[in-house]
Amino acid sequence: MPRLNDYPAYQVLRDPAKCTNCRACEVQCANGVHRFSEKTGAMVADEDKCVNCHRCVAFCPTRALRIERNEPAFRSNANWSSDQILNIYRQADTGGVLLSSMGNPGGGKVYFDHILLNASQVTNPSIDPLREPMETRTHLGKKPNRIERDENGDIRPNLTPGLTLSTPILFSAMSYGSISLNAHKALAEAAQALGTYYNTGEGGLHKDFYEYGEHTIVQVASGRFGVHKGYLNAGAAIEIKMGQGAKPGIGGHLPGSKIVGDVSRTRMIPEGSDAISPAPHHDIYSIEDLRQLIDSLKSATGGKKPILVKIAAVHNIAAIASGIARSGADIITIDGYRGGTGAAPTCIRDNVGIPIELALAAVDTRLREEGIRGEVSLIASGSIRSSADVVKAIALGADAVSIGTAALLALGCHLCRSCQTGNCNWGIATQRPELTKRLDPAAGAQRLIHLITAWTHEIKEMMGGMGINSIEALCGNRLMLRGLGLNETELSVLGIKHAGQ
Amino acid sequence: MLEGQVRIPSGCAISGIFSKAGRPINGERIVRSIALMHDRSNGLGGGFAGYGIYPEYKNDYAFHLFYEDATAKKDCEAFLERHFDIVNLSKIPTRQVAGIVDAPLIWRYFVTPLPHKLADSQLNEREYVAKCVIRINSEMQGAYVFSSGKNMGVFKAVGYPEEVGEFYRLEEYEGYCWTAHGRYPTNTPGWWGGAHPFALLDLSVVHNGEISSYDTNRRFVEMFGYKCNLLTDTEVIAYLFDYLTRKQGLRIEEAANVVAAPFWSTIERLAPKERERLSYLRTAFSSALITGPFSILVGFEGGLMALNDRLKLRSMVAAEKGDCFYVASEESAIRTIEPELDRVWAPRGGEAVVVRLETQKEEAVCRG
Repeated sequence: MPRLNDYPAYQVLRDPAKCTNCRACEVQCANGVHRFSEKTGAMVADEDKCVNCHRCVAFCPTRALRIERNEPAFRSNANWSSDQILNIYRQADTGGVLLSSMGNPGGGKVYFDHILLNASQVTNPSIDPLREPMETRTHLGKKPNRIERDENGDIRPNLTPGLTLSTPILFSAMSYGSISLNAHKALAEAAQALGTYYNTGEGGLHKDFYEYGEHTIVQVASGRFGVHKGYLNAGAAIEIKMGQGAKPGIGGHLPGSKIVGDVSRTRMIPEGSDAISPAPHHDIYSIEDLRQLIDSLKSATGGKKPILVKIAAVHNIAAIASGIARSGADIITIDGYRGGTGAAPTCIRDNVGIPIELALAAVDTRLREEGIRGEVSLIASGSIRSSADVVKAIALGADAVSIGTAALLALGCHLCRSCQTGNCNWGIATQRPELTKRLDPAAGAQRLIHLITAWTHEIKEMMGGMGINSIEALCGNRLMLRGLGLNETELSVLGIKHAGQ
Repeated sequence: MLEGQVRIPSGCAISGIFSKAGRPINGERIVRSIALMHDRSNGLGGGFAGYGIYPEYKNDYAFHLFYEDATAKKDCEAFLERHFDIVNLSKIPTRQVAGIVDAPLIWRYFVTPLPHKLADSQLNEREYVAKCVIRINSEMQGAYVFSSGKNMGVFKAVGYPEEVGEFYRLEEYEGYCWTAHGRYPTNTPGWWGGAHPFALLDLSVVHNGEISSYDTNRRFVEMFGYKCNLLTDTEVIAYLFDYLTRKQGLRIEEAANVVAAPFWSTIERLAPKERERLSYLRTAFSSALITGPFSILVGFEGGLMALNDRLKLRSMVAAEKGDCFYVASEESAIRTIEPELDRVWAPRGGEAVVVRLETQKEEAVCRG
């Protein structure tokens, strides 16, 4: 039987007139695509191995390289795409579950792209952020139900612990193990410099990073990797990971090949053993169990740390969030179906869950209908691609957003969606020392700082245009949004009017 | 499109007079003041609030109602009778004025809650009354309570404010405090309820501006049982102040610190105690922050507050003469009724100017 899926996904196009045989591409490619042929005296490429990460293109000093998609010329069929045909060949070859990385790349509707923002004209003035204060400082946490006064009649500050962000953008949970130590270091340094937070993900906290604790959210997931009292108290907040937008309803699996050295120590599991996070938390089979875990974590930290609960956007999200809001959580992170992952079964990533825009709007509406929106803050993620997405998410009802893919892109990721191979040429989703050293944490942190600074400038411009000079007056301000090309049901779930209305 | 079906931004003029000694001021004075700013209105809304105008019924809630027709009146009166003891009822006296057309039926009721109904509701008296008002306004077709406080009353209509004053014969009323409003809406309101002041219980608001935080504020207060039926800024501002002062128990100055909160950069420069207080208020009530241009006058029992947005994007001038406090969109509107003033100043953005009856000040201190 010939290999039926023997179609390289990409073509490596090399301009022989430009190529100097410097072999930089060969050095850069951990997948072993490029090689110098003594026979022909020229560089050749093994295209089967190419993942289109653009590392060689970026490093080619003479710009001799170009990568193109190699579309197999199957007989055209509107129902059976070439991807689907090739997937069947792959599974018939191997009998395995198809794996994918990063977010769902499918062409489904991106609601953010069907939402437009408002601006002031005549009846009220727009505000110029270069001339007037424009505030993006954000507080995440519970609001008090009642004010209290002391014996002198002065207000007694009765706020429970929360998080304060200089701008409403956090870095999403990405574990040490799924990404490299240098990637974590870049995120931690950037979070500290920016006055926001990064999230350890479920892989524990490397001993060198306790110093960034004030800007760290430590995660507790179903595998409980690296969780101990010192860890819980090291961060500014604790996130209980119940689900992830890319793979709702299933757990995680970090292959033993990535459980090496410090990853093994930080996760508190033996080197080379697979790190398997169960699908559910085995101590949480219902909402009352979640409450107990929240209480336990609060006890373990003396009630000093706010508790986040991260959930994947699924069909019944509004009711689930309402239950969580009544269970002592301070912040809910909702991760949409386009959220990223280091590895997930393709069938799950591409078919399970709902878009963040609809989930967020439904949750915000429900919590308000029940009068409990002040019990929790909402963080939206999966996927936030630009400052405009941030503004739209906040106007739909989020208090803040978190970004994972966008942050990795800033670090050099080219979205080749091959994280699960562990051969990340950009030194991000790998533990191979010769690759991780390619990512300079200081330079990476600077790029992250640039990105968030740029977005914050843009957010201020958009706010100013709307005549809003403080981010809290944007939160849930759906009158600032209009839909374009959306039907009545979509508009009703989003709680917005159509453009022109 | 009727008011309440579409959101209508407005430009405006406002004016207010307050006698700290509690001297009765004739309604004609406030009409003269607002009339000077004729060009700041466009004939599509004007109104007044007077405090201390019903001394003979000062312990009863004075309900002012608009009815579209006799059926609405009959239904609403049945509702009122089920929930209140109606001490007195009458048409509100008006006179014919050329500029005022399409007047609804305008009635006034002095009421007290029926004791057994109040007891059954398990609410305090003011919450009971507020709930009844909100219910009529959101559920009873063609009936609208536009004034519901004790010893105070709102008078409003579609027209220029001086015409509205003449229509309601305001020269026949005297009170220690008056506020007035001339409206410049960018759409034609079909319903008189959309004119200012907007009032709930004894709290009334006149407002000049268009707030950009409207939907954030609306969705916040609607969590607490309010229903923003008119889609006007003034309505949501009135509900915010009612929520913050009556339901949360904030002082009016503290409520001003919430809706026109100082910038964080300002808060951080303050002494620790004040910094902590303002940080708390801003954080605890972040959804009640109002952005965009506004100048508002908030009338309440025994007091008046004038407040600008934090950038002072709308003009507002304050003045004093003897025991009298004046405030208006333009200084000329004050000078026209009181040419010689002891002091004139422009309050800074976000700086609340609060005046109270001298008799009530001591009480306020005692209450802490």
